[in-house]
Amino acid sequence: MSASLERGINALKEQMDAPVAAFFNSCVNCGLCSEACLFFTETREPKYTPIYKVELLRRVWKQEYTFFGRLAKVLGLSKTITDDDMTKWETLVYDSCTMCGRCSMVCPVGNDIAYMIRKTREGMAVAGHAPEGLVAATTRAVTIGSPMGVKLLALQAQIRHVEDEIGLTVPMDVEGAEYLCMLSSMEIMNFPEYIGAITRIFKHAGVSWTLSSEAFEATNSGIQIGSADIAAELVQRTVDAAEKLNVKAVISPECGHAYMAIRWEGPNLVGKKFGFKVLHILEVLDELREQGKLRTTGMEKQRLTYHDPCQIGRRGGVLEQPRNLLNMVAENFVEMPDAGKMNWCCGAGGGVSSNERADELRLKAFQRKKDQLDAVHADGVVSACSNCRIHLEEGLEEYHMDIPLLSLTETLAEHLVDD
Amino acid sequence: MTETEFLLWVRGPALTYATIIFVLGITVRIVGILMLGRKQNLAEARGSEMAGGLRTIFTRSVPDKSTVKRSMFTLVSGYVFHLGLFVTIFLFAPHILIFREVFGFSWPSLPTPIVDAVAAVSILALLVVLIHRMRDPVQRLLSGFEDYLVWLVTLLPLITGYLAFHRIGLNPVMLTALHIFSVELLMITFPFTKLMHTFSLFLARWYNGAISGYRGVQS
Repeated sequence: MSASLERGINALKEQMDAPVAAFFNSCVNCGLCSEACLFFTETREPKYTPIYKVELLRRVWKQEYTFFGRLAKVLGLSKTITDDDMTKWETLVYDSCTMCGRCSMVCPVGNDIAYMIRKTREGMAVAGHAPEGLVAATTRAVTIGSPMGVKLLALQAQIRHVEDEIGLTVPMDVEGAEYLCMLSSMEIMNFPEYIGAITRIFKHAGVSWTLSSEAFEATNSGIQIGSADIAAELVQRTVDAAEKLNVKAVISPECGHAYMAIRWEGPNLVGKKFGFKVLHILEVLDELREQGKLRTTGMEKQRLTYHDPCQIGRRGGVLEQPRNLLNMVAENFVEMPDAGKMNWCCGAGGGVSSNERADELRLKAFQRKKDQLDAVHADGVVSACSNCRIHLEEGLEEYHMDIPLLSLTETLAEHLVDD
Repeated sequence: MTETEFLLWVRGPALTYATIIFVLGITVRIVGILMLGRKQNLAEARGSEMAGGLRTIFTRSVPDKSTVKRSMFTLVSGYVFHLGLFVTIFLFAPHILIFREVFGFSWPSLPTPIVDAVAAVSILALLVVLIHRMRDPVQRLLSGFEDYLVWLVTLLPLITGYLAFHRIGLNPVMLTALHIFSVELLMITFPFTKLMHTFSLFLARWYNGAISGYRGVQS
């Protein structure tokens, strides 16, 4: 056994906890989770059954925590994990799973399979079985500060463009501001309009906020690849910036996994409770709406629907806010079938979009989203995750669907009452 | 060993050993799960773990809309044999008498002809479940020796019980003895296999609901 494989298996052992043991103890291989996964429903390939994807973790559990498993191991009868197994499951664990957690909602015995995928990735990454694309993105995140290699200079250039366009200043490194806004590289490079939108909205609502030149990247490749150490290092950068600027809250941008990373995993990764709150931008906007500080005018006339990013909705708990906000500006807001906590993933979350090897598969899985969209005949899709957005755009292009993609924050900014 | 001796053995020492393995095994298994523990969640909670966990224990018994649409067959066959097992085990008058002897209290039974029909339907449902497991590409891929073993030890008490009740094939003493023996097989297999889901699913559902509930989502 190679040293890295052994480290990988040990990492899998370290992932074992009471929930995982309860889950594997309870699984009766009914296969119901298969129909909850878009990679299965759109390919009908049994290997994409969610519980099958965590088979290596199950094998470790069996060998270490069950009577007959241990007996078989002692007698040399058990199937130990090999490098070939790792190679086979690498594609299942990384290419065909976005950790969207839809399977976790349907398992009749209650298994949270996404929770176990996240853990399995910790073993795969240590064993050297993470996809090249994700390894490269993670390396850039650690060394440059952004998975896409976006440096501060690039951000500053984009900010200048935005400032010229909207005639407002984008605050940077303002100590004592109420909010520290984080961004995703995708927003900086592809959707800088988001920066303009929050600048206008916060000016309108009289909110004090800032960006940080030392920590502006909200995404966390460490979580996607399954490396708690790297993930903690990336979270720590945000914590340091928030503490240095003495802000009351950190705002996670329109990005699903960034929210999961900083809001729900963050404190656990760095091992201490945060001294500041973490909010998703939609939570902040909805709070402003409630306080009457977000005043809009005019309504979008076209049929708009909302795509729930998995980590913000189902896994993150921000489900009502986008609907409250959309109802302010959309006259014909329609829900897709299964919208809300049972929404179908776009197919590109959880690091899948950084993994070129998965490109073909994720576009195939997009058929699920297409069917969902076809059912409502929407004129436009609103979402709150730039990764979803860019992949939805690509998917719509692939399937020759002419539906524009909108950011919820940007849509709201367009309807602000002129002060 | 005569038939009467066999009956005395299954009702005596065999039952004692099976019960000890059953009770002790399940306890060790559950304690083993809980002892693994889990890390304290340091993220600020949006909702209650306990409420979410308890809610999911109940709500997971009812499938979500899209599962109903997409997996009707698995759902119906699964429900039928699980409910059938419940009825035959707990609502059959002679079984309730045994429970009263052991626990000191009893509950009303269902009329015997109904339980008899339910037993027949359960046996059929289990056969259907087996065929589905062998034919459905997903279930076939997932299934291993253990899945077929637990299927067999679940079916045997139903079959032997049915035969004993209708006195088919062998003499009543032998049929009764075989029925009790098959239950003992089930009892000793139980703690070592996924039959454990009968109990551990409460933990699994609780954890699932708690993880979501903490974040303010009903799972």
